[in-house]
Amino acid sequence: MDVTEMKNTVREFILAEFLPGESSANLKDDTPLRTSGVLDSMATLKLVSFVEDKFGIEVEAHEAGVENFDRISDIAALIERKKGA
Amino acid sequence: MSQQPVNSLVDYLEASAARFPGRPAVVGPDERTLSYSELNVGADRLAAFLARRGVKPGDRVGLLLPKSIEAVAAVWSIMKARAAYVPIDWKSPAARARSILTDCDTRAVFVDFSVLETAAGCEPARDTLIVLNAPDGAELPANTVRWEEAAAAPATAPLAGRDRGELAYILYTSGSTGVPKGVMLSHANALSFVDWCSDEFHPHEDDRFSNHAPFHFDLSVLDLYVPVKHGASVHLIDDETGKSPKHLAAFIERRKITIWYSTPSILHLLASLGNLRQGDFSSLRIVLFAGEVFPVKHLRELKSIWSWPVYYNLYGPTETNVCSFARIPDGIPEDRTEPYPIGWTCSHCRPIVLDAGQKPVAAGEEGMLYIAGESVFQGYWNRPEQQAAAFLTIEGERWYCTGDVVVEDPECGYIYVGRRDRMVKRRGFRIELDEIECALYRHPRVREAAVVASTTGGEVRIAAYLSADAEPPPGVLEMKMFCGKNLPSYMNPDVFTFLDALPRTSTNKVDYRGLAQRLQSAAARTA
Repeated sequence: MDVTEMKNTVREFILAEFLPGESSANLKDDTPLRTSGVLDSMATLKLVSFVEDKFGIEVEAHEAGVENFDRISDIAALIERKKGA
Repeated sequence: MSQQPVNSLVDYLEASAARFPGRPAVVGPDERTLSYSELNVGADRLAAFLARRGVKPGDRVGLLLPKSIEAVAAVWSIMKARAAYVPIDWKSPAARARSILTDCDTRAVFVDFSVLETAAGCEPARDTLIVLNAPDGAELPANTVRWEEAAAAPATAPLAGRDRGELAYILYTSGSTGVPKGVMLSHANALSFVDWCSDEFHPHEDDRFSNHAPFHFDLSVLDLYVPVKHGASVHLIDDETGKSPKHLAAFIERRKITIWYSTPSILHLLASLGNLRQGDFSSLRIVLFAGEVFPVKHLRELKSIWSWPVYYNLYGPTETNVCSFARIPDGIPEDRTEPYPIGWTCSHCRPIVLDAGQKPVAAGEEGMLYIAGESVFQGYWNRPEQQAAAFLTIEGERWYCTGDVVVEDPECGYIYVGRRDRMVKRRGFRIELDEIECALYRHPRVREAAVVASTTGGEVRIAAYLSADAEPPPGVLEMKMFCGKNLPSYMNPDVFTFLDALPRTSTNKVDYRGLAQRLQSAAARTA
């Protein structure tokens, strides 16, 4: 899966789970999710679980913060780093 | 325990510092530890600093800090200065945090550098700000002091004149008028609860308590003060670990936690996603939960894995702290579906159940639960009308109206039925749906707003139904972000639906019942 596909997979999950009714065009790669209040702690937990299952990676507690889970582009970068490691 | 009269929570800290100076009092998320002696001396120094900066008995001091041993030292220092601490979610929207600091007129604020702007932006700016985690060389505003400087202040003799009636802390909860309201609790209120916990749970100095709840949530009162009375330790859980079931499980195992306390939501997450069958949790002896109903199938699942601890359901609004409790029996029958009762009132509280005409009801009949006793709060800060409405005076005694409808079962105590107002609880946090509506109305393009909640499988979902001033209406993402700026995260609605106009009843009121049914059927379709 290339980076664009990764981002779209994450995007579709976020839209279906947390933003029902929003169009995918409005959820950009750099839309802030945690810092803007779109995702709360429970939503982030669901997102982390989804990313772990879907991409077969382990996310440590300190990696589930704003640095890696605020924007779709950050999430994709984390997945890439983890897959490459 | 000392035979001196106990006038303040601080007396328990000082007694334990004398009796167990070297024992660990608080262990931070990063495993840094303060012994009883270190915690006591550190709090003395900070208290002396606060006093020199003009903090007087009866003043309020804000806390905008992440979970840390420093935050605990700050809490104790404020109480040693005979002031009340006002803990605020350090990640809450800046406007909401500022409204709380302004409302209770803080004299000083302990603040993390990452959110310094939240406290520094208050008008008028006259508080002393004590900043934790400021990087070397960072430029700080004029009225600001680094933590290191405050913590190095020479300690002075502890302030005399402690009084049980003085405020220990003010906890802000969701308010139905659209602004949070401050629940004022005195040392006597907290001490009566701490002493009841001692009698009921028999903690000892080898106990290791968890602290999952943030300090602005009343569950933290047990975690912070019950261990101190007994020379036990409290282990702080930070935000990131606190919401990750597998890391939380590893934390409980590594720290050998003996007494756990959290909302049922967190215990359910642990049971379903924490791989609890893998680890060694044999140190756990008591599991306490409070803040919301624990769906029985989730409780059964947890008890099938952790079968050995004793489980208690604790119940009580912030205004009374815990006022009733029920011990969960060992075996939960497979066919049981109704939640466990909230049980009988604690020894420091007295209950009455009244009907709408304020007449006592018989066992088996529904009525509103009222509580009197030493744990009942002092009032709402600066809200005389809401305060007057919260109490019923019977023969000169104040009874707090919990707003909770209960039925007394002579066998097992009170059974929680529900509420007659528009307050819901999500993950233990109180939410006035009116406060969400007030926030939505602040959006420039929202014409009408109505918020309803539904519970499916133990999970509370909040839906906002809206109409807009002009087409097209704002998008879901825009509304979610707008609420993110104006409300704490647990109050942000899950669903935003724009309608041409809100449905109305025959008397032209918003048809909340119809909207609730609409939400329920939408939830049923997606379940």
